[in-house]
Amino acid sequence: MTETLVPYAEATERYEPVIGLETHVELGTRTKMFCGCVTTFGAEPNSQTCPVCLGLPGSLPVVNRTAIEYTIRIGLALNCTIAEWCRFARKNYFYPDMPKNFQISQYDEPLCTDGYLDVEVNGKTVRVGIERVHLEEDTGKSLHVGGATGRIHGAEYSLVDYNRAGIPLVEIVTRPVTGTGADAPVAARLYVTELRDLLRSLGVSDVRMEEGSLRCDVNTSLAPPGAPWGTRTETKNVNSLRSVERAVEFEIERQAAVLDAQGRVKQETRHFHEDNGTTTSGRSKEEAQDYRYFPEPDLVPVAPPRDWVEQIRAALPEAPAKVRARLRTEWNVSAPEMEAIVNAGALDLVRQTVAAGASPADARKWWLGELSRHAHETGMELAALAITPAQVARVAALVSAGTLNDKLARQVIDAVLAGEGDPDEIVKARGLAVVSDEGALTAAVDEAIAANPDVAAKVRAGKIPAAGVLVGAVMKATRGQADAARVRELILQRLT
Amino acid sequence: MSSELTRMTAAGLSAALASREVSATEVTRAHLDRIAAVDDRVHAFLHVAADSALEQAAAIDERRTAGDDLGPLAGVPVAVKDVFATRGLPTTAGSRILEGWHPPYDATITQRLKQAGAIILGKTNMDEFAMGSSTENSAYGTSRNPWDLDKIPGGSSGGSSAAVAAYEAPLAIGTDTGGSIRQPAAVCGIVGTKPTYGGSSRYGVIAFASSLDTPGPFGRTVLDAALLHEAMSGHDPMDSTSIDAPVPPVVAAAREADVSGMRIGVVAELGGEGYQPGVLARFAESVELLESLGAKVTEVSCPHFRYALPAYYLIAPSECSSNLARFDAMRYGLRVGDDGTRDAEEVMALTREQGFGAEVKRRVILGTYALSSGYYDAYYGKAQQVRTLIIRDFDAAFGQVDVLVSPATPTTAFRIGERVDDPMAMYLADLATIPSDLAGNAAISVPCGLADEDGLPVGLQVMAPAMADDRLYRVAAAAEAAFTRRWGHPLLAEAKGL
Repeated sequence: MTETLVPYAEATERYEPVIGLETHVELGTRTKMFCGCVTTFGAEPNSQTCPVCLGLPGSLPVVNRTAIEYTIRIGLALNCTIAEWCRFARKNYFYPDMPKNFQISQYDEPLCTDGYLDVEVNGKTVRVGIERVHLEEDTGKSLHVGGATGRIHGAEYSLVDYNRAGIPLVEIVTRPVTGTGADAPVAARLYVTELRDLLRSLGVSDVRMEEGSLRCDVNTSLAPPGAPWGTRTETKNVNSLRSVERAVEFEIERQAAVLDAQGRVKQETRHFHEDNGTTTSGRSKEEAQDYRYFPEPDLVPVAPPRDWVEQIRAALPEAPAKVRARLRTEWNVSAPEMEAIVNAGALDLVRQTVAAGASPADARKWWLGELSRHAHETGMELAALAITPAQVARVAALVSAGTLNDKLARQVIDAVLAGEGDPDEIVKARGLAVVSDEGALTAAVDEAIAANPDVAAKVRAGKIPAAGVLVGAVMKATRGQADAARVRELILQRLT
Repeated sequence: MSSELTRMTAAGLSAALASREVSATEVTRAHLDRIAAVDDRVHAFLHVAADSALEQAAAIDERRTAGDDLGPLAGVPVAVKDVFATRGLPTTAGSRILEGWHPPYDATITQRLKQAGAIILGKTNMDEFAMGSSTENSAYGTSRNPWDLDKIPGGSSGGSSAAVAAYEAPLAIGTDTGGSIRQPAAVCGIVGTKPTYGGSSRYGVIAFASSLDTPGPFGRTVLDAALLHEAMSGHDPMDSTSIDAPVPPVVAAAREADVSGMRIGVVAELGGEGYQPGVLARFAESVELLESLGAKVTEVSCPHFRYALPAYYLIAPSECSSNLARFDAMRYGLRVGDDGTRDAEEVMALTREQGFGAEVKRRVILGTYALSSGYYDAYYGKAQQVRTLIIRDFDAAFGQVDVLVSPATPTTAFRIGERVDDPMAMYLADLATIPSDLAGNAAISVPCGLADEDGLPVGLQVMAPAMADDRLYRVAAAAEAAFTRRWGHPLLAEAKGL
């Protein structure tokens, strides 16, 4: 069934969106939340399991202290209050990928509460309230085989991998975000981006959305301006930054159509479809299951000592927003330029390239230009390209020294990406250096003047732009390895 | 010789083994022979591990010959309630749903017993998932009371109490959630202890109610129970609720057996209506006896104990409804209806329908209801508040006295089948034992005579503050010594069921 949609601009003219995000982050602890099993991604199914994470009869959980520490770190970085005393709770529901048929989570006593994260949205600071940060265990992973949808219904059989079961999972819940208007989808994306960068800087997770270590549920509601908030939908499993934005956009367009038709938005869970950017109805929240939460009797309360919390606070790294502000000054770049660097996922790469000796302008130019284009063409992340910041810095240095011109430098970069070695090796092996021998260059210039007497005459007569033809001829003769500016100089010296 | 070995106490066997008068193999064989001779009538065991027991015994004998330093339980047989995970031995928790399950790991206590050199004779019968007071809720038949084979041996650890009372094992372990060690010990005329909650590890103990389940020992004497108590207890990092403190000196206390100057409180609320006259008579005698031994006896009131039973029947079912959710046919145990036409949810439902018995279902449904949204505060929440009040009652009482005493059970062993259709009557069997479980402190039942009406054993319950388990043994051992002098023999010598 195709949904009726209202064009986005119209929808946001008539309605105010309110969004909210629940983000699940797999912590990068070496071992699981309640047992000693390792957490390496991509291992042979069910090879990283034990009686505890398989929920065998009689087994009991023991809290991973590092997971508590990481969660406190996240809470502090998000300006939260850290509970002096809190408990885990059981969330009861039946599902084959949940070994105990309850999930150890936190309910009304989360570890961290009441914080915020500032997000820059089109030059404006949006303060996103953080309601809570709590800790829980991940479930196993089901693979439903033989059905049309990949869901459990209609599948011929299902396989379950419990390697993921028991991996510590942090849930970060925002307060409703209001007042962003037509920027709501962008705000949602930038919040997740900022959060991802923050988590990465904290060293608590590898935050890879494509591997599922960062997963988002997005709540959206609409109401006419000034009216009470509308009914919200919860869109599950939005697993890329771009999808976060698209999911909110789609829900705004869809809900606007429902409201335009005097309809009622149903409170429900919706599934996001990466392929076409739409959401479809999942289970209705109104008939939602009762999770029968109660305090986990197999665990004792968690009471992080205050001095420990303060130690963790003191050891927090500089927040990404502060790092960016500092670097903007150091690099002398504008806010939009910095945003472009961040959006390209190039911030760390540029930093490392500058650290390796390149000027900020050069580092930015290479990563956002040639290398971004290459990443885009091959569908890779910038950071995954087969070139290091040190190699980029070396190319920039060779250009500054006049050994390479831009065209040659691009060839060197292509060769590095193709695995031909370091820039210096490539320059040597391919003989790519700029011809800087004045004698050879002068000879080439004289040859070009002799071969193009008409053009030379025009230049002599004062038609300076015509010199470009001669420059081109010299560059061709030197197979591009000459410094074009110097060639031009030599030509003009001869003819004027 | 063989029958003499089965009549010996664990302490006696320990001494005989240490001095190499007997070998562990002889002791083990004697008990296996006894099991073979009587267990078709008693039905204490669900699984007799004859081969592995003899292998263990041979290994102990070898080590003793080699001059290894062995602990007091090395070579002493022990029966293990089927709720403890035992690697290589079936573990069913008395349920059809776990039929044929062989755990790939040992419970911490199983492991500690093996390390102590105790010989694991086999797995004993129990009410399904430890829910019951008679073993009648076992999926594998009812165990019998060695005093009268038509009577229940108590429960849920009734297989363990029957095995010890029938001389099939000198020692056994069980678990106490609402009285499941003390009540069977009382009705079988033996000693049973519920240690302080957190004093003995729950790791590898199939959970019924996590905040209550407490593993503990059975023995025919107070000293024997103390020896096992000491061997099985102590901090376990695998159990987050385990207490990181030294085991109270229970063996020393059992040896001292001195109550002179101790302050003993009689709980006013545990007695009177609902208690059998013969039980009350033996209890009154016990109190007089303790007084004659130099204890100072007073009456104390614990007004909230009257709400203990209803609070327990909300808390325990609530926890069990969640604990038993994992039995869903997906990973282990029984699987019903997996014929290719049904989805996972239907297979789960069919398996649970056929795999669980009536009492388990009753409690799962009760607990599911008590935890559901809108009812939580009125039921589970309220029960937890009652629990706090009971803890305060204990705190106040222990401010005045060193230990509390009461009858362990309201009645002696009842007839098999008598209460199966009346859950409330069955639940009342734990009337006196539940308060200690809710408070998490320590309690013991020690034989104090036979009821005049039926000639069946009565248990004296002693309760002590958390981690003061040694006081239980001090009092119980003093009473036991005085009673044995009075009777001229251990009470169990009068058991005539076999």
